[in-house]
Amino acid sequence: MLQDIKPLNEKETRAGFGEGIAEAGRRNPNVVALTADLATSLKLNQFMKDFPDRFIQCGIAEANMIGIAAGLTIGGKIPYTTTFANFSTSRVYDQVRQSVAYSGKNVKICASHAGLTLGEDGATHQVLEDIGMMKMLPGMTVIVPCDFNQTKAATLAIADYQGPVYLRFGRPKWPNFTPEDQKFEIGKAQVLAEGTDISIFACGHMVWLAVEAAKILAEKGISVDLINIHSIKPLDEEAIIKSIKKTGCIVTAEEHQINGGLGDSIANVASRHCPAPHEYVAVQDTFGESGTPMQLLQKYGLTKENIVAAAEKALARK
Amino acid sequence: MRHNFPHPMDLNTLKQTATQVRRDIVRMVYAVQSGHPGGSLGCADFMVALYFEVMKRKPGFDMDGIGEDIFFLSNGHISPVFYSVLARTGYFPVSELATFRKINSRLQGHPATHEHLPGVRIASGSLGQGMSVACGAAFAKRLNKDEHLVYSLHGDGELEEGQNWEAMMFAAHHKLDKLIATIDVNGQQIDGPTNKVMNLGSLSDKFNAFGWHVLEMDGNDMEAVLKGLAAAKAASGKGKPVCILMHTVMGKGVDYMEGTHEWHGSAPNEKQLEVALAQLPETLGDY
Repeated sequence: MLQDIKPLNEKETRAGFGEGIAEAGRRNPNVVALTADLATSLKLNQFMKDFPDRFIQCGIAEANMIGIAAGLTIGGKIPYTTTFANFSTSRVYDQVRQSVAYSGKNVKICASHAGLTLGEDGATHQVLEDIGMMKMLPGMTVIVPCDFNQTKAATLAIADYQGPVYLRFGRPKWPNFTPEDQKFEIGKAQVLAEGTDISIFACGHMVWLAVEAAKILAEKGISVDLINIHSIKPLDEEAIIKSIKKTGCIVTAEEHQINGGLGDSIANVASRHCPAPHEYVAVQDTFGESGTPMQLLQKYGLTKENIVAAAEKALARK
Repeated sequence: MRHNFPHPMDLNTLKQTATQVRRDIVRMVYAVQSGHPGGSLGCADFMVALYFEVMKRKPGFDMDGIGEDIFFLSNGHISPVFYSVLARTGYFPVSELATFRKINSRLQGHPATHEHLPGVRIASGSLGQGMSVACGAAFAKRLNKDEHLVYSLHGDGELEEGQNWEAMMFAAHHKLDKLIATIDVNGQQIDGPTNKVMNLGSLSDKFNAFGWHVLEMDGNDMEAVLKGLAAAKAASGKGKPVCILMHTVMGKGVDYMEGTHEWHGSAPNEKQLEVALAQLPETLGDY
């Protein structure tokens, strides 16, 4: 039930990654962690303490780190590379493309500080194109968990999956509301609330804002089918089609450019199976800037109010 | 160890094998009128020595390569020499060389794992990535307590890609002393001589300054190649990654292709093929 969704606490998704990789290290001796001088930002402290021999410092050299990771898989290791999302994707796109994706290597590219909520560091670091870049690579799995607990669960799940993965999470403390003991299923959409008037698909930090928006819409008598798309690729087309056929209109919400992200993935499915009015809550083809996370979400149109407005607009187009 | 040929091979047999490999290279590139004969011909002696004599290899092929020496080709455009040597050491049928660069082939223009060609462990072609991969594989061997060696081959022009220098720092910092990286110093690249396109300066000084053990050898004299590789093996395991600066002539073995960048990525015509093959007698049987 929508009204039952409440934060357990507020925690950083990157901290969920840190706990997850330490646990993955305990479960599987082949798990190896690499970083490009950002071990502390990526919360690797526990892993480094528990498994110093399986921690590999690469220095500020991300391209090399991706290649090292590809090489480590030859010998059965499961390397997790860690740096900011920008340096995990656009900085090293050709290395990821050739040495990891085309070569089919079992590398887990773990990317923190994604999106606007990186905050004050500004646009150089606020990658808003990474979901698009990574989902376009054949064979690449793209995961965007929504909170601390889900990030931890996803971090564990990808160790058991054979193949390249992009795992995207973020910097700020954020409402943590999914169950601690959840089973993370790659490729499965997570239905958070069932409704009949509109489908809202969200990923990452925007899922919590979509929960809040759905509650506001409920007060207005609008029933929301609320779905967390933590797996951008593979995409749970069945769940998406089922929802859109039921509601007949769509809102997507993501901390990403309007081009190439979750919204486009949903539009792709809808256009082939169940065309419907669709409004995007996303960054409108522009770069970010310095500011607090909340100021930035507000300025760039990524708030619960924006989701509510988008829903009303989509509903009016039905 | 894999043997579909006498082992150890005498010097003369190795030389004859290299001649057949050169013949394969020219025929493969001619057949599809594309590919890179120059660097392939220059590295034929090295690749034959490595695969037929020096590397400790297990029978069959598995991706992880645990318990054997492994090799990475970073300058993937010299795929003809790689494919010929892999085929002639038994990784796949020699007849498959006829599919090079053709549709539905496992022998892609640049080496790939995507079509599951035995013997290839990483895609290469976009330059400058192979040293990082070799470092990672050497690190995995260390974690696996596998004492075997990791060999890699790189072009000299390829060192213009900055990622190599990141990998060189990494290898020295992490003391990856089971890594033997060979640089094909032929002084040529697509747009001309390397010292005109982008002067590499002293590679010996550079690798030394980065903390590597540096050796030099003549890459087109089979005896020198065997001695050089033996020296590299002797230098491994002593705390430093090992670099061999291998001096070769681009196009070696086909007189009109020798020493010029003109044959980096061009195929011979029918007449040129005849001239080339006349200089490269069939020793092991054509594919």
